[in-house]
Amino acid sequence: MKYDIVLAGVGGQGVLSVSALIAKSAMKEGLFVKQSEVHGMAQRGGAVSAHLRISDRPVASDLIPYGTASMILSMEPLEALRYLSYLGVNGTVVTSTDPVDNIPDYPRMEQILVAIRSLPHSATIDAERLARESGSVQAINMVLAGAASGLLPIKVETMQESIRELFGRKGEKVVQTNLRAFETGRQAAAC
Amino acid sequence: MSTTSTCVPASADADCKATQRTEAPLVLLGDEAVARGACDAGITAAYAYPGTPSTEILEYVMAQTGGRGRPIARWCANEKTAYEEAMGVAFAGKRALVAMKHVGLNVAADPFMNSALVSVHGGLVLAVADDPGMHSSQNEQDSRWYADFARIICLEPANQQEAYEMTREAFDLSERFRIPVMIRLVTRLAHSRAVVRVSEPRGENAAKMAPDISSWILLPSNAKRQWRDLLNKQPALSDYTLESAHNRLDLIEAERSFGVITTGIARNYLLENLDDLAIRPSHLHIGAYPLPLDKVRVLADHVKTLLVLEEGYPIVERLLRGIRHGQLLILGKETGEVPAAGELTPDIVRQALGLTSHRGVDLPTLDLPSRPPQLCSGCPHGDSYDALKKALLGFESPVVTSDIGCYTLGALPPYSAIQTCVCMGASVSMATGAAEAGCYPVLAVIGDSTFVHSGVTPLMDAVSANTDMTLIILDNETVAMTGGQPSLLPTSRLAGLILGLGIDPDHFQVISAHRRDTEKNAEIIRREIAHRGLSVIIAVRECIETAKKRKRG
Repeated sequence: MKYDIVLAGVGGQGVLSVSALIAKSAMKEGLFVKQSEVHGMAQRGGAVSAHLRISDRPVASDLIPYGTASMILSMEPLEALRYLSYLGVNGTVVTSTDPVDNIPDYPRMEQILVAIRSLPHSATIDAERLARESGSVQAINMVLAGAASGLLPIKVETMQESIRELFGRKGEKVVQTNLRAFETGRQAAAC
Repeated sequence: MSTTSTCVPASADADCKATQRTEAPLVLLGDEAVARGACDAGITAAYAYPGTPSTEILEYVMAQTGGRGRPIARWCANEKTAYEEAMGVAFAGKRALVAMKHVGLNVAADPFMNSALVSVHGGLVLAVADDPGMHSSQNEQDSRWYADFARIICLEPANQQEAYEMTREAFDLSERFRIPVMIRLVTRLAHSRAVVRVSEPRGENAAKMAPDISSWILLPSNAKRQWRDLLNKQPALSDYTLESAHNRLDLIEAERSFGVITTGIARNYLLENLDDLAIRPSHLHIGAYPLPLDKVRVLADHVKTLLVLEEGYPIVERLLRGIRHGQLLILGKETGEVPAAGELTPDIVRQALGLTSHRGVDLPTLDLPSRPPQLCSGCPHGDSYDALKKALLGFESPVVTSDIGCYTLGALPPYSAIQTCVCMGASVSMATGAAEAGCYPVLAVIGDSTFVHSGVTPLMDAVSANTDMTLIILDNETVAMTGGQPSLLPTSRLAGLILGLGIDPDHFQVISAHRRDTEKNAEIIRREIAHRGLSVIIAVRECIETAKKRKRG
């Protein structure tokens, strides 16, 4: 079993936190994980990506080869399209539909959504609204983690346990908000 | 190839054990694995200047230090001072780690090169993180050349576990051969996380002055002896790398056509593609330098075509060229099978191996605009650049030199406010040169941390010549681009330093880098431009990111 994910977004959107959550959960289940991150200048409001590799055998390369990723999980719709060369033919794009419009030539939203929905497998998630309904607009990344969870080779309970551990330090209220966001994301992707 | 033994018990007092601790395995970045290896090797101190992709090395040591105060972990003014402080620890017989990015080693090159000549008896290890692909750097120089230049050992891990083990071993090697030892990382290992199993930590060395003080006094008479001594050590270093499990030769007896040499993380990309190859090539992996020449010769004699895969410059490839001339075809970056620029990827290696990449999903017809990094919304640098641009309205060809930091993003739209970014501190010295070449007006823009790193010295030149230029120090009270490390010199002391250099107090201004002050600031800059001599302006406002972090607690 091998499950490679390209995580995408804009610097500051919590790409690394989602990557950390999934990686932690995979390790809890005894899987091998390599998680490559981007630090430094690229984080300043620019396009950011991270490669997360999960396998039941040791993983050699920190980077995912082209055309083999099982999933692109994006915090932002335009960024969801930037790494398609990595996606395998049976791979899925899971993305938020909320744009980060910080460039002068941002395409029209309809164009982006048409492109995403024309892919063989995709799930578009109204993540900002769902996060707000869950109690915190900052939990967009947890909504998306929830939306991705049904496809991951990881038990939902393990992911929930990791969320409790990752946010436990910030108190029970924050834990519950993030668990709710995760759950709404899960349901949104299921329907 | 992680071996069962985690370190070579090389020197008599090396007490590291191969037994693994029972605690849960750690998940560490390559950088953190180096830091943990150094901590477990019993370092007394670690020194660094922040720089992507090396920053997390010292950050991890700092986190380990906690409230105990040991090991000492300190951000330094620059890489040179960091290296020299580490040398001082080694001089006292204790172990020290010094960490930097590749271009930082240029700054530390003076102590680095000379430290190869002294007789190191307390382990001295330099961890240097190269940035092939230039994710966050101005060049992609390969630090392995520096190790060769200094005639020392370089260990190059391929994964996080090796980063841990090699760092531990590096301290033993340093004490065994009495040389500094380099650990060379690259971005993709420095910033990738994986499970690391650690072994029993070792205690600090007892303090012990250098047994031969004259080896540290590099007067020509001593230096000549020490240089010969270093040259005489070379066969022993080569014997070590030949025996080392880090340099592993897998010879396929039946396969005489094709062989591969990998170094560092290139091995990962070979392994990634190995199952798809029709024939399994003979393979030499190099993780320890100087080159294990006899192993290279055995492989070169065994095959007809040899592909060299290395992250960075074609060092091994160039050293090999000419071997079995006419009988052996050597492929790599110089022959075009591997791109000469940029970092390796699984697909680059795949194609070099003659395989076709898997095809990704095609993008429906839509041109994706790029999304370059930019100054954060509300960043004080943005307000400073607005004031600067206002001040320069009406001038035909103003010169604005700049430097390395978040504010380098002022080169991009919407600001397009600066014209140079070459190396740390060069904004100040280049402005001096441009002014002396007759340009007017000439301004230099530098961040507070970069100024402390390498801007103070050239400012002394400008003071002594009363150069006709205006230096603007963007003081955001932090080292922002690398994640907000504390500035070495707080704002309150920066003014004293600058005035102490002999700047005319009438042409020294401190302004607030705030949107509401843009008009006023532009006027002040204009006034100082009109002064036909040296002016210094400090534009102060805390980085918006560190301010946010501070409020969150």
